[in-house]
Amino acid sequence: MDLFLQQTFSGLANGAIYACVALAVVMIYQAIDHFNFAQGEMAMFSTFIAWQLMQWGIPFWLVFPICIVISFAGGVAIERIIFGPIHDAPVLSHVIVFIALFSIFNSLAGFIWEFTIKPFPSPFPEAKLLDTNLIGNHELGMIVVVLFMLSLIYLFFRFTPIGLAMRAAAANPESARLVGISVKWMLSLGWGLAAAIGAVAGMLIAPVVFLEPNMMLGILLYGFAGAVVGGLTSPGGAVAGGLLVGVAENLAGTYLIGSELKLTFALIMIVGVLLLRPAGLFGRVVVNRV
Amino acid sequence: MVADVKMTSTGRRAIPENPALRLSIAGIRLPVWNKIWLILALLIAVVMPFLVEDFSVFQMTQALIFAMAILGLNLLTGFNGQFSLGHSAFFGIGAYTTAIMMGHYDIAFYWTVIPAGVVCLVAGFLFGLPALRLEGLYLALATFALATAMPQILKYNHFEEFTGGVQGIDLDKPKSPVAFMTDDQFLYFVVLLIAVFLFICAWNLVRGRTGRAMIAIRDNPIAAQTMGVNNAVYKSLTFGVSALYTGVAGSMSAIIIQFVAPDSFTFLLAVTFLVGLVVGGVASIPGAIFGGIFVLLIPNFSEWVADLTGRTDAKGLSWAVYGAFLILAVYVMPAGAAGFVRKLTAKLARGN
Repeated sequence: MDLFLQQTFSGLANGAIYACVALAVVMIYQAIDHFNFAQGEMAMFSTFIAWQLMQWGIPFWLVFPICIVISFAGGVAIERIIFGPIHDAPVLSHVIVFIALFSIFNSLAGFIWEFTIKPFPSPFPEAKLLDTNLIGNHELGMIVVVLFMLSLIYLFFRFTPIGLAMRAAAANPESARLVGISVKWMLSLGWGLAAAIGAVAGMLIAPVVFLEPNMMLGILLYGFAGAVVGGLTSPGGAVAGGLLVGVAENLAGTYLIGSELKLTFALIMIVGVLLLRPAGLFGRVVVNRV
Repeated sequence: MVADVKMTSTGRRAIPENPALRLSIAGIRLPVWNKIWLILALLIAVVMPFLVEDFSVFQMTQALIFAMAILGLNLLTGFNGQFSLGHSAFFGIGAYTTAIMMGHYDIAFYWTVIPAGVVCLVAGFLFGLPALRLEGLYLALATFALATAMPQILKYNHFEEFTGGVQGIDLDKPKSPVAFMTDDQFLYFVVLLIAVFLFICAWNLVRGRTGRAMIAIRDNPIAAQTMGVNNAVYKSLTFGVSALYTGVAGSMSAIIIQFVAPDSFTFLLAVTFLVGLVVGGVASIPGAIFGGIFVLLIPNFSEWVADLTGRTDAKGLSWAVYGAFLILAVYVMPAGAAGFVRKLTAKLARGN
């Protein structure tokens, strides 16, 4: 039973990471109906920027917002410069550009900061807050931050005019344009938000997995799995899906398949959910009119 | 045009001649030009290995192998409209099939190519079955997961007896049976023979009934279904055939590199194929050759770029150059190098 609890809690902690990435994936999916395969590498790049800022002697509490702002601006810039002109291009072109961004970010990070593994400080205090060995401070902090981000996103979409405009632009671009919403800028905003969420995810994950250019590939896959399990249309579902994937992965690793096939487990989960319940557990079923 | 329709002796309407066939450059008709280019390319392919050193022959062999793999991806993505970011997995399965047969059972290399292809055909077909329900991006996602998971599966310790785990499998290089060729030249011609055979098969495939069905599914699946095309069968079979091409390429690569290891078959290899596909030309068979040559040359080019920056450790930079070329291709040459050549020819051509 102890082992079970231990694994469940450490699964929740991993799940918090996946939930972060899943949240970013869903943000982009909501805005542009595409998976951003470069999401993980963008987050990794943001984390390297944060690391560089800290190397220059800026304290963490200041680096955190600066990095978020830089990432937001970067996300907006990518949408404006690269994706704006090919907005109406076929899906293949979009996938290709995502893959291109993936390799550019990965390779540039390696070129600028080299492929050596770097430690990244945890923003949370060392001293134990809870008297338990089941979950560490950093893991607990991650879960709290993710839930906090989720509620911010909920409030943003539910109660602010810009959030409403973004939802309108995603749901029905034509009508949104007719009532005076700049759909283009709403898309850019969606990219910016996703990049910012990705940056938060990266900065939270880096203390656990260490900072290096390839740190996000596996995590991105789990992030996708979380987003797919939770449903690509629902941010709350993405967080729940991410946590669920984290726990399931850990329990399956302990009791079923061993730790070596964890990525394969993600593959089976993605394919399984897409086959059996394509809308995910919490998503809306989208029916296309032919 | 009605005037062009002639009646044949049996009284049926003859198919009007394609006006594009009458275009010509320098007085030579385009179909003739195509034949000239083809013969010239084959001539270069046959003569070149005797003129350059062994390492260049090895590189040419690699370019051919990439071209075969890219052709496989092209059948799937270009002609059938299904995405795959996971062809590195099939390349790996092909390579491992050959390596296990050669390394553990001492089977001569030429007997391993067909089994490697068949294993991949089956693997591709089986993966294609669930993929039937996945459209566009979802398929890209599922194959992305396949590519990411593949190295881990190859490292799995219960298969280690066969796959050699993290260490992989070392192979002996096949010796050239003829005196006037070095081992590298001999292998080059083996690969060339297989490549030519596969290219001819692909050429015939996409121009026949099957190919038209594949293209119809790509362009409008619902209309294709209405016309009596069995989408499920065609899509999963295309997946299988595509995996077969890539698997044969993987098998050949295991033979010429004489080594397989799980980390050679990562997601980045799948990206390489995609780069070759896009830069060479989507839905173009000669484009696969351009693509193969391109992905082989790019690492050299990026070393040159890295030299400009004054850094020596530029091994990582080639992916940035790949990425830049991908974006450039999407913006400037949506039909790839093959499309560019086609456009150029069309500009030069005059009707007579």
